[in-house]
Amino acid sequence: MLQIENLHASIGGKEILRGVNLEVHAGEVHAIMGPNGSGKSTLAQVLAGRESYDVTGEVLYEGQDLLGLSPEERAAAGVFLAFQYPVEIPGVGNLYFVRTALNSLRRQQGLDELDAIDFLALARERMGLVEMDESFMSRSVNEGFSGGEKKRNEIFQMAVLEPKLAILDETDSGLDIDALRVVAAGVNALRSEGRAMLVITHYQRLLDYIVPDVVHVFADGRIVRSGDKDLALELEQHGYAGLEQGGALTPSAVPAVGATP
Amino acid sequence: MTTTAPTASPRGLAGLEPAPDGHHPAWLGGVRRAGLEWVAEHGFPTLRDEDWRYTRVAPILDVAFEPAVGGVHHRLSSSTIDELAGDLAGARLVFVNGHFAPELSSLATLPEGATVTSLASVLADDAERVEPFLSRPLPPQRHAFTALNVALAEDGAFIQIPPDTTIAAPIHLVFVSAAGASPLVSSPRSVVVVGARSRATIVETYVGSGGVYLTNAVTEVVLEDGAQVEHYKVQDEADTAFHLAALHVRPGRDSTFSTHGLALGAAIARHEVWVRLEAAGADVTINGLYLPEGNQHHDNPTLIEHIAPHCTSRQLYKGVLGGHGRGVFNGHIVVGPDALGSDASQTNKNLLLSDTAEVDTRPRLEILTDDVRCTHGAAVGQLDEEAVFYLRSRGVPHQEARGVLTYAFAGEMLELVRVGPLRSHVESKVAERLRVGGVEVRR
Repeated sequence: MLQIENLHASIGGKEILRGVNLEVHAGEVHAIMGPNGSGKSTLAQVLAGRESYDVTGEVLYEGQDLLGLSPEERAAAGVFLAFQYPVEIPGVGNLYFVRTALNSLRRQQGLDELDAIDFLALARERMGLVEMDESFMSRSVNEGFSGGEKKRNEIFQMAVLEPKLAILDETDSGLDIDALRVVAAGVNALRSEGRAMLVITHYQRLLDYIVPDVVHVFADGRIVRSGDKDLALELEQHGYAGLEQGGALTPSAVPAVGATP
Repeated sequence: MTTTAPTASPRGLAGLEPAPDGHHPAWLGGVRRAGLEWVAEHGFPTLRDEDWRYTRVAPILDVAFEPAVGGVHHRLSSSTIDELAGDLAGARLVFVNGHFAPELSSLATLPEGATVTSLASVLADDAERVEPFLSRPLPPQRHAFTALNVALAEDGAFIQIPPDTTIAAPIHLVFVSAAGASPLVSSPRSVVVVGARSRATIVETYVGSGGVYLTNAVTEVVLEDGAQVEHYKVQDEADTAFHLAALHVRPGRDSTFSTHGLALGAAIARHEVWVRLEAAGADVTINGLYLPEGNQHHDNPTLIEHIAPHCTSRQLYKGVLGGHGRGVFNGHIVVGPDALGSDASQTNKNLLLSDTAEVDTRPRLEILTDDVRCTHGAAVGQLDEEAVFYLRSRGVPHQEARGVLTYAFAGEMLELVRVGPLRSHVESKVAERLRVGGVEVRR
């Protein structure tokens, strides 16, 4: 579904991604773990189409050149980014926002738009997935939401928009354990054969709830190690520094794309 | 004092004279002469005048205006007015080129003792009734355009509501201008007097079908003790027109007044709000939304004078500026030495949609007492690119994302419009405008 080859990205002359290689198949959940500042979030932003980066390399999404598409075209093709810091939009109602988004996707996909009544029925059902109170729908997008409420709102949007490739950028940050459970349950409910997920996180604990098929360690702008879910536990025990000290992170030790140790 | 002697073919505003009318009472002639003399003595404002430093009136002064005359207007019908100004379902007075058009107006059933009519008809039938409002010189003449209105005004609305009376439906004053080959000036003068403890909603709409014309309007609202008035003003003049208006408000003790202005049209528009808080305990709200684009210029001066104690004034103005549009917010608050316990706030927020749009925001506070709460704030910004990306990442196309965010910025002001049919009318006007301004709104 997604093939990333030698992806570089820089902003203001500063290189942040330094040759990312990654392959994700439909139905898989990949975790990307790494220390702060390693470039994980930049990868997420670049995949979603953030225009502030200078990007080179190749990203094929379902055989299409993803880097050649605008953010809205990527969304219409099924790419979704759950933001690390969801944006507050005063004056735009949450429900209106999500309906506008869904209908924009449907228009681009050549489908009929959903009217307010049909949409409300769909929204109510999907709100249940993340145990979101209906009162959040009439409020402005993310305005005055707590950290946890914002993250639930991201997963709610994902549940409505039903992407093929979901990128969750630090969805666990700022969540207490109960909120984490709810959000993870929402994500797990959306796992399916046809859908791939890229779960970006700093901490292993999210992966107790969303069990990945593949774990990648991200450092200094690239993937330095890949493995199965046990790699996350290893990281939990030794920390990123521990891995580095063990010499596991020298470039020569980087395994082939998608390889298991 | 000298007076100018217009030549045989007067050119420009300074050459205009009141229409001779034998029916008018003598006092009115004196008032008009005084207005003309004021103009002759002080001249028209320039950029050196503090209140006009961002608005050049030279393009207006250069035009060879003729005074508009009344008559029958075959091209206008009630349904045209509904379309241009909205159908608010209450009493509606329509003025064409400044003159009352009874065939286009409708007077819903009004409570006993309430007067909703044209100023010209009162001047003809019962001139003494309006003398206190027209002969009292406008407290110190502020500029030549109000003086010119005093000199030239022949018609406008006259609304007088007795005490303890509520008029639930909005009273809609529609000023339609249609200039032909020669540029026209109309000088509507409206007087609204709301009795003690009475309630009313007044809507002024200025629309134009094209041509070069100047609307030079003065509206005076007097609230007696405990009265409550909601006032709205929609300026949707032709893009080739000039619109200069002054709203003067005199709130009585413990009265409540709110005004919401929306500026959409005109090449140069200036909508001035002047509130004199001379009675204690009054509460006023002054809001405005201006949306200049192309080469439009929208100036919004306010002067709030806190003279009596314990009055509250709240101002919120928002601007959305596109193209080469230019906006001005010039907000002047004066808190006098006796205005103890005054509470004044002023906020101005602007959204620039293009690199060539421009806004000047200028709060001016003069506070002459200690016991006062006075806050002000101004902001000028562009669309939040983070929010634009957020919408796009959800599939909303770029232009539409900008439109949604721009509309959201303006929408806060539209939500404050409490007259349902008026809100729908202005919402669609603003949505239409934002599409023209380079953004698209799907509603």
